[in-house]
Amino acid sequence: MTSATHRATRAPWLYLAPALVVLGGLLVYPIYQLGLISFFQYTQAQVSGGEPTTFQGFGNYSALFSDPEFWQVLLATVLFAAACVVSTLAVGCALAVLLTRVRAVPRLALMLAALGAGATPAVTGSTVWLFLFDPDFGPVNRILGLGDHSWTYGRLSAFFLVLLEVVWCSFPFVMVTVYAGIRAVPAEVLEAAALDGASQWRIWRSVLAPMLRPILTVVTIQSVIWDFKVFTQIYVMTNGGGIAGQNLVLNVYAYQQAFASSQYSLGSAIGVVMLLILLAVTLGYLRLLHRQGEEL
Amino acid sequence: MNLLRRPWRLAAEASALLIALVVAFPLYWMVLSAFKPAGEIESTEPRPWTLAPSLDSFRRVFGQQDFGRYFVNSLVVACSVVIVSALIAFLAATAVTRFRFRFRTTLLIMFLVAQMVPVEALTIPLFFQMRDFGLLNTLGSLILPHIAFSLPFAIWMLRGFVKAVPEALEEAAYIDGASRARFLWQILFPLVLPGLVATSVFSFISAWNDFLFAKSFIISDTSQSTLPMALLVFYKPDEPDWGGVMAASTVMTIPVLVFFVLVQRRLVSGLGGAVKD
Repeated sequence: MTSATHRATRAPWLYLAPALVVLGGLLVYPIYQLGLISFFQYTQAQVSGGEPTTFQGFGNYSALFSDPEFWQVLLATVLFAAACVVSTLAVGCALAVLLTRVRAVPRLALMLAALGAGATPAVTGSTVWLFLFDPDFGPVNRILGLGDHSWTYGRLSAFFLVLLEVVWCSFPFVMVTVYAGIRAVPAEVLEAAALDGASQWRIWRSVLAPMLRPILTVVTIQSVIWDFKVFTQIYVMTNGGGIAGQNLVLNVYAYQQAFASSQYSLGSAIGVVMLLILLAVTLGYLRLLHRQGEEL
Repeated sequence: MNLLRRPWRLAAEASALLIALVVAFPLYWMVLSAFKPAGEIESTEPRPWTLAPSLDSFRRVFGQQDFGRYFVNSLVVACSVVIVSALIAFLAATAVTRFRFRFRTTLLIMFLVAQMVPVEALTIPLFFQMRDFGLLNTLGSLILPHIAFSLPFAIWMLRGFVKAVPEALEEAAYIDGASRARFLWQILFPLVLPGLVATSVFSFISAWNDFLFAKSFIISDTSQSTLPMALLVFYKPDEPDWGGVMAASTVMTIPVLVFFVLVQRRLVSGLGGAVKD
């Protein structure tokens, strides 16, 4: 970009103005408000204007951090997101490699099926998977011969069911992206590796994975973010967080505190914690990108 | 790619087809169950076909008060979000890819960071903000936040499409006497359109999908509700009306699938033809 017109200083800001106004008003300002509310006492009484809002300092945070339930939910969120990310990436990458090994018809079939899964709204995906695993009328228990075993009763099996739905609707993004990346690798490179007697696994590990690293980084981070923020699937499939809150993740926990118990300031404090965790992940990602020398 | 011997390729193709069936099965089951008569849905021996397809479940869904209206509401929300955010994102992506200016990198990093923000966590402040705007119980309270939330990702995705338009084209346009606005809307915009459409899939889905805001911001005026809420009417945890849930799910999923299929075509034809050096 060296031509004189591109050095104009006003034009880019003119183009950016609408985006900045919208983001400032509906993203940055709410984040500021979220932080603010987390430092005040803000319950139903304050919302309806009956009582004045009082400054709490870190009171909400110390209440939160001394609550064992919070730590339990945090741990569950991290483990659940990690399991979802690993499964999504494994399935997505494996199927991307498979796509390069087959002719047009099976490839199209798999692509279409995956696009269908990826396009399914989270609410409908959740209800459909619940129905598939329904103890009374679902086909899965019949096929597996599990009788009327309830998948949402146990803590782990409920998480597992949600994980299946999450992987089902998010692996297509990984598969399509990685597949496009593999197709961009010159065929000669792969043929040379094969001629040298490299196994499939070896080709993936020593040739493809390093060449695809930028793409893999992107899909990994994108998955981390999506899976850490899962809300709808948990909310619908475990009916608001499971029996006695056994399937709560941070997002649902914050929502329940705020809108079910009217503890708006506690909910906001949880929101701030989530924000900080994802910010840390993002900064780690940016450092990775930087080290790989990718230009923004 | 002829790296594999024949039996291996056949095995790979067979497993690809099998996996495609497994992946498509939930959607098949959803549509199938929507058409099953009540007796077959509530059967403890579910069969993967039906010999007596019935529209009862759909009748129940559309007979529910205002279901058609919820559908239109969802459509209005999703389309407004797609159009407005696409235009705003196009301008912003052009700014960050075709210009060099101070804070450009900072802005890009901000757009990236903005994608990480867990929007659900902002429900609380947004609720109060929408209340202050007087937008609670209106579709505006769903449209506005979704425009904001889909922007960072849309800008980030669009960069690649804008970058792919050769600079020579821009220079040629200016030499031919085109103004910057003319280049922007009559040359760049049509070239980026396939990318814009592809990107808008994500904003469409996030808006169409939205369950949390619909649940939190539309509290007393149900005429402003959207589809997810209408669907969950049939889903009572203790005694779900599975036929109704599956029929409503089918109705809710089809527009997204149609959108996806349309976009696929656009993507292929657009990228292949228009942008050539």
